[in-house]
Amino acid sequence: MTKNETATIENQAAPILSGPAESREFPDWFRDQQSAAWKLFESLPKPTRKDQAWRFTNVGLLDLSPFRYGARLTEQEHATILEQSRGLEEVAGRMIFAGDELIERDVISDQLKKRGVIFQSLERAMVEHADLFRKHFMSQPAKLGSAKFAALHQALVSSGTFLYVPRGVEIELPIEIFHWLTGENASAFPHLLLVTDELAKVTVIEHFRSVNEHVPGFACGVNDLVAGPGAKVTYVCAQNWADNVIALQMNSTTVDHDASAMSLNLHLGSRYSRFESLSRLIGEGGRSDLLAVAVAKHEQEFDARTLQDHVSPHTASDLLYKNALDDRARTIFGGLIRVEPHAHFTDAYQKVRNLLLSDDAEANSMPGLEILADNVRCTHGATSGQIDEDELFYLRTRGIPVPVAQRLIVTGFLDEVVQRLDHPAISEHLHRLIEGKFAKNRD
Amino acid sequence: MKTETSAVDIDRNKGDFFYPEAHVRDAGAGLSERTVHYISDVKEDPDWVREFRLRGLKTFLEKPLPTHWASKDLEAIDFDKIRYYLSPGTEAKRSWDEVPDDIKRTFERLGIPEQERKFLAGVEAQFDSEAVYSNIKKAVGEQGVIFVGSTEGLKNYPEIFRKWFGKVIPIADNKFSALNSAVFSGGSFIYVPPGVKVKHPLQAYFRINAENFGQFERTLIIADEGSEVTYMEGCTAPKFNTPTLHSAVVELVALKGAKIQYITVQNWASNVFNLVTKRGLAQENAEVKWIDCNIGSRLTMKYPGVIMKGRKARGEVLSIALANDGQHQDTGAKMIHAADETTSNIISKSISIGKGRATYRGLVHVPKHLKNCKNNTECDALLINATSRTDTYPAITVRGTGNAVQHEASVSQVSSEQIFYMQQRGLTEAQAMSLSVNGFVNDLVRQFPMEYSVELKRLIELEMEGSVG
Repeated sequence: MTKNETATIENQAAPILSGPAESREFPDWFRDQQSAAWKLFESLPKPTRKDQAWRFTNVGLLDLSPFRYGARLTEQEHATILEQSRGLEEVAGRMIFAGDELIERDVISDQLKKRGVIFQSLERAMVEHADLFRKHFMSQPAKLGSAKFAALHQALVSSGTFLYVPRGVEIELPIEIFHWLTGENASAFPHLLLVTDELAKVTVIEHFRSVNEHVPGFACGVNDLVAGPGAKVTYVCAQNWADNVIALQMNSTTVDHDASAMSLNLHLGSRYSRFESLSRLIGEGGRSDLLAVAVAKHEQEFDARTLQDHVSPHTASDLLYKNALDDRARTIFGGLIRVEPHAHFTDAYQKVRNLLLSDDAEANSMPGLEILADNVRCTHGATSGQIDEDELFYLRTRGIPVPVAQRLIVTGFLDEVVQRLDHPAISEHLHRLIEGKFAKNRD
Repeated sequence: MKTETSAVDIDRNKGDFFYPEAHVRDAGAGLSERTVHYISDVKEDPDWVREFRLRGLKTFLEKPLPTHWASKDLEAIDFDKIRYYLSPGTEAKRSWDEVPDDIKRTFERLGIPEQERKFLAGVEAQFDSEAVYSNIKKAVGEQGVIFVGSTEGLKNYPEIFRKWFGKVIPIADNKFSALNSAVFSGGSFIYVPPGVKVKHPLQAYFRINAENFGQFERTLIIADEGSEVTYMEGCTAPKFNTPTLHSAVVELVALKGAKIQYITVQNWASNVFNLVTKRGLAQENAEVKWIDCNIGSRLTMKYPGVIMKGRKARGEVLSIALANDGQHQDTGAKMIHAADETTSNIISKSISIGKGRATYRGLVHVPKHLKNCKNNTECDALLINATSRTDTYPAITVRGTGNAVQHEASVSQVSSEQIFYMQQRGLTEAQAMSLSVNGFVNDLVRQFPMEYSVELKRLIELEMEGSVG
């Protein structure tokens, strides 16, 4: 597009590949970080299938040239988004983002506020809580292959959620965050910076959705989750982008001594979605649970890469990923348990299970182990199979028609993961989303 | 000598001697078209082989080292310093008495002729680049079984040889298969006619005797319809001050209903780079089974594979790796399912001692629209010391319904309760540790031919010496 053409289309936002926007009001140090990150993004090579971290990935899908910054919302769109941002019945706090713009923040209760809980936008936090922000914001290197996209995120992120839970504060109800993609070829750079102090407790659920079901879009998110000593952090992601969205999400979790972190990622939407989960166990007694469920249909490709990094002795981690694949869908699981030297008495587990429902579906599993210490107990497993004929037969003898029986078996297979959460309301919500995807496909 | 009753030498110290070199043919150090022509001239290759070699060289030079996923230690190989062809300039002998004295002494020290008399159906002994001795028992030869060196095979049996040579492992499969294609020499050519079941194993013995030498043997085994054969190979080299390279290519072809069992006990000295490509092709109802024991070498990279091309074909890899100080055993298996109802099984056990590193790397591939394919993979790793390392990197692709694939792996160490219990019964800590390790590999070793399992256990005991306390 020439400069003249750009000038004539006033409302059209700039392509993301034109670089960070000039107009943003950020502190100078953050602007400097962004321009450095942009340079890094430009200098790093595009991933190819020959990179072990991108093995089996359809890297051709990662063409970013069509994508643009989100355009300003009309009042009508604003109202629709607020109307449709329905998740859990009861929450402790809520933020709604549309194309990286914070459009609503339901304030956390006064009591929690008094006890020091900070729940605000990222851009406010970088001014008001600069020390905490700078200590934890993207402090972990992107180790799982997406260094280039982490740099892109850092260069272009313009908003997000900052949540700080001080020592000993337990927030019983979940915190809920919505991210909406709006308009054709729109993009979003969601960010959650969650820091918990000693013995704090919090649960966060993020919903990723699109306003229009069929338009293409791009999302590139990073989450920094910090579980302080003895803290308990639960993070849930319900990814339901529109069919044509390309999405990358890079989460890094740090688990201090005696802390526990649990994450569950549900993947339903998008054309291609890559999800990198790094969990670093840095203190004795730390525990990390990594859970994921994917329902892949049509041409969808879900690309999960994980690293359970045991840095300290006496730590435990447990991963369970389940995929149900139909049509021509593909899934990739690349996981690694790494036990660093001296991280003795590690107890690590990793399991991926694929349920193939069609002859054209393809499941790729790469469960890996790297053990540099002894006195460890590490096991992993990967299975790929199909619906058990005996189970199906049993249900049919009870008068249940084949399609219903199949759906029951598949949802039952996936529910095992969802039920591991100790928040019945969230499990129920995720279960409904899974059923919704099967219902949608019957039409 | 300790291992008089052994089928093959796997006592590391036993191989650590060498005699002065007396090579008549020497291609010199470094690799170029000149080297390839030299080898072709000496071996009086037909034109198609010379061209095959030159294509191999070109591919080798074009391909990068696989260091984006493999060990950086590969960069320590100096391809310009290696000598690619050395031979005494004589034909392989049919009778042991005709073998030159110094070479004969080498193999007698290793116990080869003795073993032949005892239970082998045929023996080939390779000294550096060429076979020095090759013999097959008369009864087996009369059944039409061919067991000769690869050079002799391609000269005397071109119609069988050429049909399968380079078909299971193409030149460009990887950098080292290309290198082998350029400079291959030695190795075995075996053909078993339809319906013939060779009762006793055929054996090849590989010996590197010269410093800075690269051994590139090439083995091709064809089992015709309904036949059965077992092949065993053993290898040793003295420990020189500079690294030695061994890069073989082994192709197996099991035609309809045939069975091939290929057994390796790799006990190279601890400065040998052992970079080997091994793959079998199994037609309908055929079975290819690799038994792979890696105990020696500095770095071994070897992933025996089976392409199951016919209905109901079976593939199996049983692998034991022992990595001690300064060793990296990067082993594994590849199972390519290419027909309905094919089944494969991989069982891998590794033991890391001291600063040793054992890696399992696996590939299981079930493409589209196949029915009732099954794969079972089990990898267990045992860590002995705090500095030991183990890795597991499987890659499994399954397309479509109707197939079952499962992979399981575990890493553990010898439990202190077990050791304590045995010490209560009067065993030393080292004995207890050795017993535990033998228990760990026992269920796998039991599936090996008896002579091997006994010897392997002895070897594990030897390796375990001084690993505790």
